[in-house]
Amino acid sequence: MLVYLLRRLGQSLFVVAAMAVLVFIGVYAIGSPIDIMISPDADQAEMEAAIARLGLDKPLWEQFFIFVGNALQGDLGKSFVYSTDAVGLILSKLPATMELAMLALIFAVFIGVPLGMVAGLRPNSLAGKSIMTGSILGFSLPNFWQGMMLILLFAVVLKWLPSGGRGDTAELFGIPFSFLTLDGLSHMLLPAINLALFKTSLVIRLARAGTREAALQDYVKFARAKGLSPHRIVLVHIAKNIMIPVVTILGLELGSMIAFAVVTESVFAWPGMGKLLIDSINLLDRPVVVAYLMLTVFMFIIINFIVDMLYCVLDPRVRLSEAKA
Amino acid sequence: MRKSTLLCAASLAAVLVSPVLASPAAAQDLTIGASAEPSALDPHYHNLGPNNAMRRHVFESMVLQDENQRLQPGLATSWKPLDDTTWEFKLREGVSFHDGSPFTAKDVIYTVCRIPNVENSPSSFTVYTKAIADMQAPDPHTLIIKTDGPYPLLPVEVSTWGVLSAAANGVTGDIGFGREGCSGTGDYPKTDDFNTGKAAIGTGMYKFGEYSRGDKIVFQRNDNYWGGKADWATVTFRPITSDGPRVAALLAGDVDMIDKPPLQDLERIKNEGFQVSQGLSNRVIYLHMDQEQEPTPGVTGTEKNPFKDVRVRKAVSMAINRDAIVARIMGGVAVPAGELLPPGMFGSTPGAGAEEYNPDAAKKLLAEAGYPEGFGLTIGSPNDRYINDAQVAQAVAQMLTRVGIETQVDAVTASTFFKRRNQYEFSMYLAGWGSGTGEMSSPLRALVATRNKDKGYGGTNRGRYSNPDLDALIDQALATVDDDKREKILQQASGVVMADYGILPLHFEVTPWAFRKGITYTPRADQYTLALGVKPTN
Repeated sequence: MLVYLLRRLGQSLFVVAAMAVLVFIGVYAIGSPIDIMISPDADQAEMEAAIARLGLDKPLWEQFFIFVGNALQGDLGKSFVYSTDAVGLILSKLPATMELAMLALIFAVFIGVPLGMVAGLRPNSLAGKSIMTGSILGFSLPNFWQGMMLILLFAVVLKWLPSGGRGDTAELFGIPFSFLTLDGLSHMLLPAINLALFKTSLVIRLARAGTREAALQDYVKFARAKGLSPHRIVLVHIAKNIMIPVVTILGLELGSMIAFAVVTESVFAWPGMGKLLIDSINLLDRPVVVAYLMLTVFMFIIINFIVDMLYCVLDPRVRLSEAKA
Repeated sequence: MRKSTLLCAASLAAVLVSPVLASPAAAQDLTIGASAEPSALDPHYHNLGPNNAMRRHVFESMVLQDENQRLQPGLATSWKPLDDTTWEFKLREGVSFHDGSPFTAKDVIYTVCRIPNVENSPSSFTVYTKAIADMQAPDPHTLIIKTDGPYPLLPVEVSTWGVLSAAANGVTGDIGFGREGCSGTGDYPKTDDFNTGKAAIGTGMYKFGEYSRGDKIVFQRNDNYWGGKADWATVTFRPITSDGPRVAALLAGDVDMIDKPPLQDLERIKNEGFQVSQGLSNRVIYLHMDQEQEPTPGVTGTEKNPFKDVRVRKAVSMAINRDAIVARIMGGVAVPAGELLPPGMFGSTPGAGAEEYNPDAAKKLLAEAGYPEGFGLTIGSPNDRYINDAQVAQAVAQMLTRVGIETQVDAVTASTFFKRRNQYEFSMYLAGWGSGTGEMSSPLRALVATRNKDKGYGGTNRGRYSNPDLDALIDQALATVDDDKREKILQQASGVVMADYGILPLHFEVTPWAFRKGITYTPRADQYTLALGVKPTN
């Protein structure tokens, strides 16, 4: 166990270092933020002062070493645009994204798993076939388009739900959350559905495949032979055993939902991290983009780690000490 | 009985779910979906359109710019030059800040002192205060400003920054103005103090309400406003940067008004019963040509730089069908341009029409200049900065190809485009210029005056056009305090550039706004979206 943890740690550090180089060079080599940020009325002297203040007059390698030096002390830079700490800026957007991702995750699990099991237990029934057809739509239609259609239908035509924004918030531990108010919840519904559609389809397919496989296993046959009720067989013996792939995928997908909910947040003007990322890219707010990508790397490393732990809980046959890679 | 219970439950559910029903859109509230968001509520932090528009709700200037950017009295009721280097501003009496403290000349001096002291400002307002050499307040409602030399742009420049309250920021004693630093001002408020609302105390029609970055900015009516009562009790700006969702928010009734609706959606918006108002902006879209390097990087088929020849520049101008660009690519939402500032603004020439489209004459002129077979050309253009920018560049390329200049378009994202343009990588490029001051010296000085760091000329003259006659006229205009005389000189200067084809204006952008029935919005040349200009119609 300890050996495994140490090995994972070493790998993680390597990944972080490699990402730092790639991300920094990729982001800092492109374009010039000065021309976007500074008023065109500014004269040359002032432009030069701004360039010097942001450190853009130094060669790229020097900027990189300054960045690494600061990063080792936990400082990932200051936003060019807002002149506040980049990490703080990103973290201030985290709650909005997290609550959206969590709601989407709940949708994906509580809709995806039951539907997938139905499709797996009755693959040839009308219900089973419709579920599978529906899941293809969830996969193949572009996220942006799905979002716009949701807005068009529920906000523009039916006027049931708001078209975007965060709505009223209430504070929990000093952080504003939307899910605590009715108005906030109504604002969350459409973006959460939009974010969940793809994942739900994914879960449906995984759950269906798992169910079909599990239904033919000896232990299920044995349970049937023992005369257990069908309910118990489905809910305990099958459901538990199809969860490993579902947890794996959802773990990874949760990461991408939090880090890259860019499309959904843009479509629904949801003030989360994804929208911040897009706005920062448009403004060439380099420190924010770099800090964002670095935080994303950390997050994925941590999520992967938790997923590995969950395997262990779900299936005692998996032993961490034996895992390679 | 049972049916009615069900109905009752259903309607209750509808009320709970539907925000439209849950909070009936009160006639006193206004919500605006904005395409861009300010980077701070500090009025002096970032000299950029969205910030400048937003600050006008809370912080006012001594001089206001109206819809056509003509100057109007604001916190100053009148201003006049006493001599070439001294200006007198008479300040409005009976004006108070949101915290109740009275507005006096001291507040203006305090503001000018603070402007150079904003920490980490990405683009500071010192460009608009550096002409101020000295300030004196002989009485609380008179302000004397001295400049180093004759400085006619002073009233325009004081209209670009908002006035803070000295008292609200803890200054009780006298303030001594000094260019290198003021005395008696104490610690200046930080940018964050404005974002949290602590220091957001101005004289404006609206007071700070709430600011949540990326989500909303809320203003409340200032009941003690000197200029009468605001039309709206609460104004909410919601940044919705993507075009489609912004239009959807309007159609869904979540916002009352949006700015910059995409041109292709205008018909749909009108068909759904919404209204659109549009007006000429101060932004000209132009082509600039490299008139220095030889050979020039984007030209093939010749060793020379053809754009150094005025006949080639004229031929290019004649080869462009501006009416067609406006009609087909801009959907009619633009006006062909004959100079760098739209008609009606200060320094524009009445009757300055756009170049006539004449491809035959263009071909002849090219042959005369020694290019009977034409040459190859690559035009640089951004593809996400101006309305349909890359498509306009494509159209220009086709028109030039038709007269023998085989043209390709190199369209990239704005940040990359500007960097490459500033390194002189383009022999011809498409860009735009919005005149912040609303008068002709702004585009002339920035785009076509000979590059000169000391004078601050030619900052955006990346074609490196240079004409001593023009430079002399600009110098002269900027030293003429008399408005009528200055306007004549500016018109003359504009005529010199246009006759020399130093730069080729294509069209002026027209800015649309879309809003629900029951309100109106007067279009503004500076493209600002101000709740101050939104009026209920009944």
